[in-house]
Amino acid sequence: MLEIRDLHVSIGGKEILKGIDLVVKEGEVHALMGHNGAGKSTLSNVIVGHPAYEVTQGSITFNGHDLLAMKPEERAHEGIFLSFQQPVEIPGVSMVNFMRAALNAKRKYLGLEPLAAGDFLKLMREKRKIVELDNKLTNRSVNEGFSGGERKRNEIFQMAMLEPTLSILDETDSGLDVDALRVVGEGFNKLRTPQTSAIVITHYQRLLDYIRPDVVHVLIDGRIVRTGGPELAMEIEQRGFDWLKPDS
Amino acid sequence: MLDTHSAPALNALRTQAFEDFRRQGFPSRKVERYRYTDVAAAFAPDYGVNLRGLSIPVNPYEAFRCDVPNLSTSLYFVANDRFYDTMPRGGETSIKKRPALPEGVIIDSLARVALERPELVAPYYGRLARSSKDAINALNTMLAQDGVFIYVPRHTVVPRPIQVVNILRADVPLMANRRMLIVLEEGAQLQLLVCDHTMDDHDFLATQVVEAFVGEDAHLEFHELEETHPTNHRFSNTYADLSAHSVATLGCITLSCGLTRNRTDVTLSGEDSEVNLIGAVVADGNQHADNNTLIDHRVPNCRSNELYKYVLDDSAVGAFAGRVLVREGAQKTSSRETNANLCAAPTARMYTQPMLEIYADDVKCSHGSTVGQLNDAALFYMRQRGVPEDEARLLLKFAFVGEVIDGIRLDALRDRLHYLVEKRFRGELGRCAGCGENVKCGER
Repeated sequence: MLEIRDLHVSIGGKEILKGIDLVVKEGEVHALMGHNGAGKSTLSNVIVGHPAYEVTQGSITFNGHDLLAMKPEERAHEGIFLSFQQPVEIPGVSMVNFMRAALNAKRKYLGLEPLAAGDFLKLMREKRKIVELDNKLTNRSVNEGFSGGERKRNEIFQMAMLEPTLSILDETDSGLDVDALRVVGEGFNKLRTPQTSAIVITHYQRLLDYIRPDVVHVLIDGRIVRTGGPELAMEIEQRGFDWLKPDS
Repeated sequence: MLDTHSAPALNALRTQAFEDFRRQGFPSRKVERYRYTDVAAAFAPDYGVNLRGLSIPVNPYEAFRCDVPNLSTSLYFVANDRFYDTMPRGGETSIKKRPALPEGVIIDSLARVALERPELVAPYYGRLARSSKDAINALNTMLAQDGVFIYVPRHTVVPRPIQVVNILRADVPLMANRRMLIVLEEGAQLQLLVCDHTMDDHDFLATQVVEAFVGEDAHLEFHELEETHPTNHRFSNTYADLSAHSVATLGCITLSCGLTRNRTDVTLSGEDSEVNLIGAVVADGNQHADNNTLIDHRVPNCRSNELYKYVLDDSAVGAFAGRVLVREGAQKTSSRETNANLCAAPTARMYTQPMLEIYADDVKCSHGSTVGQLNDAALFYMRQRGVPEDEARLLLKFAFVGEVIDGIRLDALRDRLHYLVEKRFRGELGRCAGCGENVKCGER
């Protein structure tokens, strides 16, 4: 599904990723762990096409397509979704209009007719329940006046609306209390199918108690230094990251 | 010749206006309130003036549909510079009372009312728009023969919004000078929408002077919506005087224009009065939109709110100069002024100048302005969700202007404006280019 080969990425002339190889197969959940500044968010931003990052070497393909040649919106239409670490407020753009624009753009890309207004609102209602998102929030402007937890739930709500095949959760657990973490984790699990994959970026084990990874990677200084099963995450919880540093 | 097609109450001011204009000339950029617009250049072409008051050859009631249809059953037209009658010409001179209007309310030709009921016009006409202070006032007062007169007597509420449509239609370059005089007596209420259109793309120059007297406890909601051709030049001066406990909302939306310079002066002359000034400009190409406002707090306990927003693209030029004056003794004044602007292209230019002058010591006032581009983080967030870049830009621009439109309390107009602004950003509002005898505006 997603295939990253020898990926080197710079921002402002500084190399952040120094040769990443990563293959995510259909149905798999990969956890990506590491210190702040290791390059986790850079990797997720490059996958979704953030214009600030420069790919200097390597390739990313998604279902056989050259992802790096696509615009961010095309990557979204192909089924890639990023749950942002810090979802931005967009005053004046209502959640309803935003989601309608996003969903209908995807349908157009797939050669489908736009969803009728009634069907769309029905879909909004259904998907809202998955993350227990209040009606009042979806009637507001995008993320405006949302608490940290509400923003993260809103990310998962949008994921539910857009039904991506590859979801990247970038520190979706940061700033969440225990209850919100449960809602987000369980919401995510309800959306999983044998065809959907995910990359979960986190510092901690706690989100992985809900979202069980098949593969765990540790990223240090722009390189994947260790890959293992779920037990690797447990070990990191015990011992931290330092023992994994190449020179230790 | 001007006099014969007008009325004594209007003619009485012409000579003085001529003197005032001769003394001032066209304002240069050294005149503070005209520093952002080259007036002389706008007046340079050879415009015709319809001195004889000849009627335009089409009946706008039949040929024209405004972009804001169904707002009002009380629709009136000003064709070039004359109030347009639906009734056949000749014979009929009496002031029409349309069945939809409450007893005593007058909406009619200014010249006709000035002729038949001079006591309603003479005490007000030219009282706010002094020709000695502004060259455009002087020019307009010198040349204006007609326009619209609106009178709402004591404690009378006009239940439905009134709509006045200005249309410019000619076969040669034309200068039109029109007036509007609004008198709300004590406790009166009026909602008014004025739409400004050109029907073809000749060089037009329109001067307009609006004077609104808002009596004690009266409520005025007055909105202007401009949708004209790039070949249009508009100089509009609006004056409002607010008596005690009155509330006025004055809106000025420029959806498309050529060169537009609007002056809006509000005097809060009665205690506990409140004014809301709102404005939005959407300009691209070589359009030029200049709003110049003054809010004069003369007495204590008054409130003013001002919000103007501009979205400029291509080589458009926007200007906003808003002065709030709190005079000595105007204690407990509350005033807020905001001007926010989006330059969507590096070649677009915005001049902004908020001014706050306070001569009282117990007031609450704020003013500020911003000029910026679209928020990149928001743009990327939307694209990540699959919203195409163009659409995302449009949604952000639309949201930006939406804040102004939401301040309009005329429901039908607010809803319609949301629609029109979106169409405008989508480029589907062809700058009124489709207007004409055969193509109706509302059907584009």
